[in-house]
Amino acid sequence: MKVNDAIWGALLLALAAAILVHIQGFPTIPGQKYGPALMPGVVAVSLAVCGALLIIKGLAVRRTRESRHWVRFDEWITSSRHVVALALTIGVNVFYVLVVNQLGFILTGVIYLSVLFWVFGVRSRWIVPIALLVTLAIHYAFYKLLRVPLPWGILQGIAW
Amino acid sequence: MSDAWIQAFSLVFEPYNMVVMLAASLFGLFVGAVPGLTATMATALLVPVTFFMAPIPAIAAIVTATAMAIFSGDIPGCLLRMPGTPASAAYTDEAYAMTRKGQAELALGAGLVFSAIGGLFGTAVLIVAAPTLAEFALRFSSFEYFWLVLLGLTCAVFMTSDRPVKGFVSLLLGLLVAGVGLGNPAGIPRFTFGSTELLGGIGMIPLMIGMFAISEILRYAVDTNPEMRIADQPIGNVFRGIWRLAVKYPVQVLRGSTLGTLIGALPGAGADIAAWMSYAISKKFSKEPQKFGTGHVEGIVESGSANNSALAGAWIPALVFGIPGDSITAIVIGVLYMKNMNPGPSLFTNDPQKIYAVFLLFIVANLIMIPLGFLCIKAAKRILKVPRNVLMPVIMLFCVVGAFAINNTAFDVTVMLIAGVAAFVLERNGFPIAPAILGVVLGGMLEENFVTSMIKADGRWFAFFERPVAATLGALTLAVWFLPVLLRRLRQVAAA
Repeated sequence: MKVNDAIWGALLLALAAAILVHIQGFPTIPGQKYGPALMPGVVAVSLAVCGALLIIKGLAVRRTRESRHWVRFDEWITSSRHVVALALTIGVNVFYVLVVNQLGFILTGVIYLSVLFWVFGVRSRWIVPIALLVTLAIHYAFYKLLRVPLPWGILQGIAW
Repeated sequence: MSDAWIQAFSLVFEPYNMVVMLAASLFGLFVGAVPGLTATMATALLVPVTFFMAPIPAIAAIVTATAMAIFSGDIPGCLLRMPGTPASAAYTDEAYAMTRKGQAELALGAGLVFSAIGGLFGTAVLIVAAPTLAEFALRFSSFEYFWLVLLGLTCAVFMTSDRPVKGFVSLLLGLLVAGVGLGNPAGIPRFTFGSTELLGGIGMIPLMIGMFAISEILRYAVDTNPEMRIADQPIGNVFRGIWRLAVKYPVQVLRGSTLGTLIGALPGAGADIAAWMSYAISKKFSKEPQKFGTGHVEGIVESGSANNSALAGAWIPALVFGIPGDSITAIVIGVLYMKNMNPGPSLFTNDPQKIYAVFLLFIVANLIMIPLGFLCIKAAKRILKVPRNVLMPVIMLFCVVGAFAINNTAFDVTVMLIAGVAAFVLERNGFPIAPAILGVVLGGMLEENFVTSMIKADGRWFAFFERPVAATLGALTLAVWFLPVLLRRLRQVAAA
């Protein structure tokens, strides 16, 4: 999704303004002139300058070229398969963050991989076996070898 | 004295030690190749294992694992555009462009061989000049560090000289992200909006995984014409053409190794910063700067040497003063104390065979990197024969667990996801993401050194030029900023 530079410039200007307003509330270091507001302030001003430059560039592009789009979508937007793929790729991660502590890593991992395999077109009868194998392998490598405390969730009873 | 060297040889080449080094290499290669697991993490995980070892095998394990990890981070970066360690992120785009051109073996071979050369160079400096260099490194105060970091950030903008405004925006966004949390000189929570998780700031590793790995997977999800397998062309002999490169780019190898060793020797600056700066300097001084970014091996030669030589350089202040040169040596110093090898001048005089053994370990580790790295590349090729629609989800799950593993919190997974989506959108609109990472890495250092310096100098701006090294670095930075513009003006005036 390609957005005209002028819109980016406007967004950056808005962000810079928001930062500048927000840092007014920062306390200062007692006795010092430069405190925690300095760095965000400098960054915000620079962002505003860049934003202005991008607005100029974006408007110039609109004037000189045939492409008078504010927003241009890539070809995949028309293909529902790809839109679903994108949505699920992001969605499955949100799902992971939300349920991994309750369901445990192994269950969540199998569901995670199965959904992604399905959406990317892996042959149906391989989906669950590979998902299971890989999840267990990752679990072994990280939980046993690297001692990362992956949550057990509802499988706590058979934890090893 | 040669007595000590003979003892050192016997310590290093005894069978138990060699087995330890082999096992540590495999461990390091694995950890480096998985995005999210870093060389520092590898070291931290080895410490409990080294409790039960004698001093030399313990240090051997750590030295070998870290050397391998810094190299193996290049492999997924080159083949998948997903850097395994932050140090490889500097030239991931370049290496991946080479893979797309069918030159993956050149990128990997160059990364391998010149990493080994850089490491050996750093070791040579460590052996010969450790005390002298340590003295110099310790003269660096907040003023010098400020200029150094500013120079580093300037390098970030150089890297994107074809899209300067958007590159600068990316850098600024990185600096903004670095400002989140409690880690500022005033110690107040900035931009945390009441969230406890944000008090600790936004981690660089989840950001990096998100920006490189997750965004790549998202791109795959919407790819309307995907290739089924990633490495469809066979990856040829990785060593072919390397000698030609060494002959063509000797200055780059030397410059990269020197810069890497120096930056590694500075406490707090390690392999990642060395790699970024080295890549930018390579582009700046190259005879063919326009080729950078299209798949040109010169930058890989230089920054590949830099990040491994930084590893060796980091040991200089660690061994001589017990001051860590980077996060890895911070952990190593603990191990040294535990094994009764207290850092300091006495280390060099009382038990010279132990310190000579450490030097030998470095040399051996960098030498065995070549055959083992070669095997690792072969293994990576095999993994890439797996069809993409199976490989990508598996990589994604690895990334999720890798991001989780750093702080054992799901918040980092969220950060990774948001960074991935943001990078996906931003890159499509022409914003390079590499400067953002550098901004996150250096933002904290920049602010801290600036405010500390201002506090020390009581608000006097001129203090930044009062110390000799600071003045030199400051003049250098300003020259780098204004000289190109000035020269161009002068040339225009002369032509008129």
